Amino acid sequence: MNFFFEVLIGGLLSGVMYALVALGFVLIYKASGVFNFAQGAMVFFAALTFVSIMELGVPFWPAFALALASMVVLAVVTERVVLRPLVNQPQITLFMATIGLGFLIEGLAQGMWGAAVHGLEIGIVDEPIAWTMDNWGIGVSTFDLFAAGVSAVLVTVLAVFFNKTRVGRALRAVADDHQAALAIGIPLQSIWRIVWAVAGFVALVAGVMWGARNGVQFALTFVALKALPVLIIGGFESVAGAIVGGLIIGASEKIGEVYVGPLVGGGIEGWFAYMVALLFLLVRPEGLFGEKHIDRV
Amino acid sequence: MLYREAGQFKASYKADQQIFPIRQDRIAIGLILAFFYLVVPFIADQYWLQAIIIPVLIFSLAAIGLNILTGYAGQLSLGSAAFMAVGAFGAYNFMLRVPGMPILAAFVLGGLCAAAVGILFGLPSLRIKGFYLAVATLAAQFFIVWALTKFGWFSNNSSSGVITAQKVEILGYTFASPRSKYLITLVVVTLLALAAKNMARSTVGRAWMAVRDMDVAAEVIGIRLMRTKLMAFAMSSFYCGVAGALYAYTYLGTVEPEGFNLDLSFRILFMIIIGGVGTVLGSFLGAAFIVLLPIGLDNLLPVLFGNVLPTGITSNLQLIVFGGLIIFFLIVEPHGLARLWQIGKEKLRLWPFPH
Repeated sequence: MNFFFEVLIGGLLSGVMYALVALGFVLIYKASGVFNFAQGAMVFFAALTFVSIMELGVPFWPAFALALASMVVLAVVTERVVLRPLVNQPQITLFMATIGLGFLIEGLAQGMWGAAVHGLEIGIVDEPIAWTMDNWGIGVSTFDLFAAGVSAVLVTVLAVFFNKTRVGRALRAVADDHQAALAIGIPLQSIWRIVWAVAGFVALVAGVMWGARNGVQFALTFVALKALPVLIIGGFESVAGAIVGGLIIGASEKIGEVYVGPLVGGGIEGWFAYMVALLFLLVRPEGLFGEKHIDRV
Repeated sequence: MLYREAGQFKASYKADQQIFPIRQDRIAIGLILAFFYLVVPFIADQYWLQAIIIPVLIFSLAAIGLNILTGYAGQLSLGSAAFMAVGAFGAYNFMLRVPGMPILAAFVLGGLCAAAVGILFGLPSLRIKGFYLAVATLAAQFFIVWALTKFGWFSNNSSSGVITAQKVEILGYTFASPRSKYLITLVVVTLLALAAKNMARSTVGRAWMAVRDMDVAAEVIGIRLMRTKLMAFAMSSFYCGVAGALYAYTYLGTVEPEGFNLDLSFRILFMIIIGGVGTVLGSFLGAAFIVLLPIGLDNLLPVLFGNVLPTGITSNLQLIVFGGLIIFFLIVEPHGLARLWQIGKEKLRLWPFPH
């Protein structure tokens, strides 16, 4: 039983890491209706920029600020070059554009900083906490706990930002109805810039956390693929959904890996999460927290 | 002056129902087909046939498949490469396990396997729409590739699922040279492309378009959603499956499941977006563009920058240019290359008069 709980807790905590990436998708989808496939590339770009600046000898926080600045620049350029000319195009066109954007960002990141694998040390060791080990016999990684803490802080900050600030309210208004928001004088373009910049910030945090765990390398772009099932379980429009979806996916993936994997010969982590997500979708086609829309003829 | 329909009266139902109702179109198609059947085999060398023309034809077929699903029926799919894999492995197994199996029948059966799998993974589309469906089709992509790698039966227990296509033989003649492989590919692609063009304006095709434009409204006017959507999935997967079988038999010869990865799915999606969603012509143009682009970049970059660039930079530059071009195309012509032809057609109608 202890082993089961260890697997479950490990899964929940790694689910938090997925949720971190999924958050970036949700932010952009909420505010601009764009399914941003470049999010994985953005995570990679942010992490690589951050780690490369740090390797130049810059301390942690200034490097973080510089990487954040580069993400803001990226957001502004993206809005100007990609989103603005594609206003009013069907969603699939925008989706394709973000795939193109993903290629561009990947090429840019590797072109600027090289394709080498970088280690990233943020001073958190990845080992089980002794206390839980002694008392309950359950191993919980400190790193995972730290990641969970960071995500909790991030979600709280985002929730406050969305609900209490002027800009946050404007973002929600744009998410509800582009035209109505424009009509009451909310500048759509600057809202998009802000939301892409915030998504860049989330990507940076996610990139640092994932980079610290697996090393900063090209494989970071595939993290986005892990976040997609999270996204469809939680619903594209819901920040809370991203978190809950992350927990569900993380837990079921770990449990599946340990208990189902051996039955079919292992290697199931590539698709298991998608199957779980599919089952959820059959019951709730808009995800758990997605907005239900009523179709009218 | 040259391209004008005026005076072409349709005096019979048969004339009214032709695939190409305009005489100039028929002539043009005839010329193009004659060119590809009679001229290309003699002027193209082995490199052109094997590295460019055959893959363009095969990817066109896969793009037509995806176009049926995404362009005509409006169901976004990110799993087309997986259905190609099913087709390739299906054809391989039929050839392997059934003695005396004719190769063309194996292609069709491979396509039918893909269609069956497509129906299975199309079932969620009855409940899920839009991007949720797109992500759900990723399940097919990852699951199928995993299953083909994991279960040795599919690849006759070869290591990591690599299969080597058997000889392509029809009535005792072996298609071994690039030229003969090109011709057999061309025949299959021509037939299926014409069938797709025809299907698009049949009852089924019109039902697909109704579902694409608004599925609730389509249901209200009496189109059976389930049948229509699953039909689209089946037909699309069939095309992808046949394309996959050709990919294994006439293009690469040796394929592995990992070769049919998400990247390939995306490339097929790019083909239909750049070529034009919901057109058969666009599938060909898009496939040609996406196949030729990397080759063109490979040849162009050394010319522009000399040979001083290290390979790492060139491959990154390629990524950047590829991504940039996709965005550029979407901005300049969101309806794809096929739309340019439409515009050209309108202009031709008036030419040489301004109005």
